[in-house]
Amino acid sequence: MWEFCQTDGSLDLFGWLVTARISIFIEVIDMITPTTQFTSTSTMGVYEPIHQISMWDDTFGGTISPNTDVCIITQADAKLDDKCEYASDRSLEPAEDNQTAKSIRDKVQRRLAQNREAARKSRLRKKAYVQQLETSRLKLAQLELELERARHQGLLIGGATANMGLCGNVNSGIAAFEMEYGHWMEEQQRKNSDLRNVLQSPIADVELRLLVEDVLEHYCNLFRMKRDASRADAFYLVFGMWRTPVEQFFLWIGGFQPSELISVVMPQLENLTDQQLAEVRNLQHSCQQAEDALSQGMEKLRQTLAQSITTLAAGAGSYSSQVVSTMEKLESLESFVQQADHLREQTLRRMSCILTMRQAAKGLLAFGEYFQRLRALGSLWAASPRKFT
Amino acid sequence: MHYQTESWNSYLPTKPPTTDSLQLILRLAAENAVVIFSKSTCCMCHSIKRLFSGMGVNATVYELDEDPREKEMEKALIRLLGSSSAVPVVFIGGKLVGAMDRVMASHINGTLVPLLKEAGAIWL
Repeated sequence: MWEFCQTDGSLDLFGWLVTARISIFIEVIDMITPTTQFTSTSTMGVYEPIHQISMWDDTFGGTISPNTDVCIITQADAKLDDKCEYASDRSLEPAEDNQTAKSIRDKVQRRLAQNREAARKSRLRKKAYVQQLETSRLKLAQLELELERARHQGLLIGGATANMGLCGNVNSGIAAFEMEYGHWMEEQQRKNSDLRNVLQSPIADVELRLLVEDVLEHYCNLFRMKRDASRADAFYLVFGMWRTPVEQFFLWIGGFQPSELISVVMPQLENLTDQQLAEVRNLQHSCQQAEDALSQGMEKLRQTLAQSITTLAAGAGSYSSQVVSTMEKLESLESFVQQADHLREQTLRRMSCILTMRQAAKGLLAFGEYFQRLRALGSLWAASPRKFT
Repeated sequence: MHYQTESWNSYLPTKPPTTDSLQLILRLAAENAVVIFSKSTCCMCHSIKRLFSGMGVNATVYELDEDPREKEMEKALIRLLGSSSAVPVVFIGGKLVGAMDRVMASHINGTLVPLLKEAGAIWL
């Protein structure tokens, strides 16, 4: 569960609600001195809807129940009114000490009345705000639905980064991929939960194997989806355009870097034999060599493209042989994306061979959770306001 | 084997892939421990070359685009692999390993290094 809080000290929604809450608390504490009796909630027209108060109670761990709050206030109101009337009737009482006590009482009553007023206004504001939120939420749901429909019809290119300025390009292959990826992520969350549940119970290896195979297969589905999408637009895949910027920071040729991932997952695994440790180390070493090879190939691609661009004639038409050969070089990016995914798949499979079923399940869970957290961090970053100094 | 070159020429503008070109490939492959068929402009070929050199392997490289027999070698390789791309292709100890994905897969599952050792390409 991620919570979004302001870091610059300004009073946001939460702060505002806490302030409103505090004013109610002050009122309640003042009311504790006279005897209190509980009246029914039907007398409190101003204080509905009460369920909203209880919701905020849950958020802030308030210890006073909403009914108690409001009942005390009503009862106290009644009592105070009585007192006020009584005080005005008795305004002619001359005694000195009564005078001081009375002025103190007046001050207290004035303060209490002001508090009550402030609390009431605060509650009304909160009610209005919540209603506004509800309508906005409905509107957002409608907009999302329209957007989904439009994407499905290949009219838009979406993705986490809105500032890429590619909206003029219609690419149904990419639109299809984005939709599929959304479903894939949801399915992935479910599989992570399954892994979590299963690992908490003593379960036979043969059943664990089924789950592990299922999760691996799910990753293979992703690689297959990416392969299809890379035919539509390899650059989209390489830069992970469907991901948040924070996730993109960690990308290696359109996805996770296998050797890095082994480093992340290994500390989460227990009881590895010396043999297993040696094999994992070998695997990581092989991954690094393979990654270096592919990275160098990419670098070579950049160099040859750069040369190609400098030699392009100024007035070269789109179909001149130079342009065609340059375009062909660009197409070779697709094979790098595919080889990178292939490497990822091989690494996952090899890890699950080296590890026992239980270790593999734990590893896959750690892997899945890592990416969930990374994505959540990315969303948080994208949603939080930037400071301008 | 006997090819009807005349009837072949009437359907295709180029020479058919003959067993000769296949034999050529296999002969070249058997001459060294590690043989890579490549093209100087191909970046994936560059990757595979870097992979082997990174492992300390001194591979023999044939750049098809610098060889007069380019066309027939290319056809033979395509036929051999059953894929649309002729290069890169790797032979170890005279035996076909495959294209980039096969090489990667065998490196990851740990079968590449033993193969190289067996062919005498690396010593450890």
